[in-house]
Amino acid sequence: MDLSRDDVAKVAILARLRMEPSDLDLFTGQLNQIVGFVAQLQELDTTNVEPLAHGVEVRNVFREDVRGESLPREAALANAPRRNAESFLVPVVLE
Amino acid sequence: MTDLTRATAASLLSLMQTKQVSAEEIARGYLERAEKLNPGLNVFVHLDAERVLDQARVVDKKRQSGGPLGALAGVPVAIKDVLCVQGEPTTCGSRMLRGFKPPYDATVITRLRQADAVLIGKTNMDEFAMGSSTENSAYGPTRNPWDPERIPGGSSGGSAAAVAADLAPLSLGSDTGGSIRQPAAVCGIVGLKPTYGRVSRYGLIAFASSLDQIGPFSHDLADAALLMEAISGRDPMDATSVDTPVPAYSTTLDTPPKSLRIGLVREFFGEGLDPEVAASVREAVRVYEAAGATVKDVSLPHSRYGAPAYYVVAPAECSSNLARYDGTIFGHRAEDFSAKSPEEEGLPPLVRMMMASRSEGFGAEVKRRIMLGTFALSAGYADQYYTQALKVRRLIRNDFDAAFQEVDVLIGPTTPTAAFKLGEKSADPLAMYLSDIYTITTNLAGIPGLSIPCGLTSTGLPVGLQLMAPAFAEENLLQTARVFERATDWHTRRPPLA
Repeated sequence: MDLSRDDVAKVAILARLRMEPSDLDLFTGQLNQIVGFVAQLQELDTTNVEPLAHGVEVRNVFREDVRGESLPREAALANAPRRNAESFLVPVVLE
Repeated sequence: MTDLTRATAASLLSLMQTKQVSAEEIARGYLERAEKLNPGLNVFVHLDAERVLDQARVVDKKRQSGGPLGALAGVPVAIKDVLCVQGEPTTCGSRMLRGFKPPYDATVITRLRQADAVLIGKTNMDEFAMGSSTENSAYGPTRNPWDPERIPGGSSGGSAAAVAADLAPLSLGSDTGGSIRQPAAVCGIVGLKPTYGRVSRYGLIAFASSLDQIGPFSHDLADAALLMEAISGRDPMDATSVDTPVPAYSTTLDTPPKSLRIGLVREFFGEGLDPEVAASVREAVRVYEAAGATVKDVSLPHSRYGAPAYYVVAPAECSSNLARYDGTIFGHRAEDFSAKSPEEEGLPPLVRMMMASRSEGFGAEVKRRIMLGTFALSAGYADQYYTQALKVRRLIRNDFDAAFQEVDVLIGPTTPTAAFKLGEKSADPLAMYLSDIYTITTNLAGIPGLSIPCGLTSTGLPVGLQLMAPAFAEENLLQTARVFERATDWHTRRPPLA
């Protein structure tokens, strides 16, 4: 399949990446090349093959439901790009 | 002072135990080498000499007071910048994490501290561990100690070059598609990617969570076994780490393997393999035969689908894992997120802030993989690409399962060529992806893989031999590699550094 420049622009918005027009041209070419390469996967008949999500299949790992220590607030906020004494600050969401 | 260019962790431990040298003297020796060599090689991206010396002095005091000491007491270990070290810069080779200081230690770091190791610096890497050359770093490329015009491999290029250039006797890397074994091969050292689940991933900044695994770099297998033993084992903070007991790798290393049936992977000798690399691997086969091994050709028929499956699965997981970098809780936030186009005017300011922050913070390869993964998981394409890749992943695992019915260990080249030149593949992402074709399938299958030095090309560049074993068979993998190491001296070679 071929990805158009518009398809790539849509994927960029889904991926929350801002693209300059020159980036879009470059990425459209490169992504088509890579998608063309991975399209080889379609050659294989995988009827009745179970998908494998992890090489070592560990299932249902439980632990006791006990309360542990959590990160102190100051440590959690220490790397925030914008903050006040107790919260992360972001651009206005609701007017 | 001891000659650090011949040192191993084991030799340093023995010198410290007999009080011929202190941990502080060793740390000073490595720091002096770093001062001389790091400006040219660009191995360390963060190195705080005082913090290194403080740790060494604590170990020396402990030793003087006769208290119990850990297995790596006083041994410097360099750390790939993908691993969280509490309160110290951890930046993943990315502008996105400039200035980030984690609020906690990765479990492997906790274990190194418990073993009384000395953490020596954070090493350069491809941004978010995506790459095969350590050129995709916000700090610029690391250079190969064997030839500064060539790449040290990637993504753990800094950690591999640190050991190769004797800037540390040991280091830690992470391997998602070959990021430990490929740099180990092209830097002429040992690199081990453990079984998925053997080592806790807690505090490893995630790239592709079903493939990532932390492992050791060293000059020889005895050191690799020592570091492996220190970092392995179940961790409640990583639900995918398993409860299987950790063998005493360093104690049993010299025990001859109970069975020495070796399979030579036929598919790893096809088109694209450099003849000199092939010759070194074939010579390694003769070494094994002389040591009494039975070597036979084995087929892994779906090998050629490894790279295509990987370049769907890994980007898909990456696009999800890297969604957390949105300029809100940590990492880079753009100052200017005003709408730059009519389409952007329709987006809320919060979304524009996230898009602008991500675009400024991430480099081109990371963006490419996020885009690829977002596409492969998007409505209408997920079955065709992502689910199909997971089914092919099962076929690749089945190939290994069948092969291990007949042989104990599989061998082949680690990489198709020796180190390539800086810039040679930067403009062609697909060509770069193909430098991992022999290492990718073990990550998809979850099994352990090891690269050990097995030769030098006519121009003096290292060649790596890859050995692969069934899940959790690291002990036998190390013992089998040791048969080769004992019969050869490639692991004693050092780069011609000034």
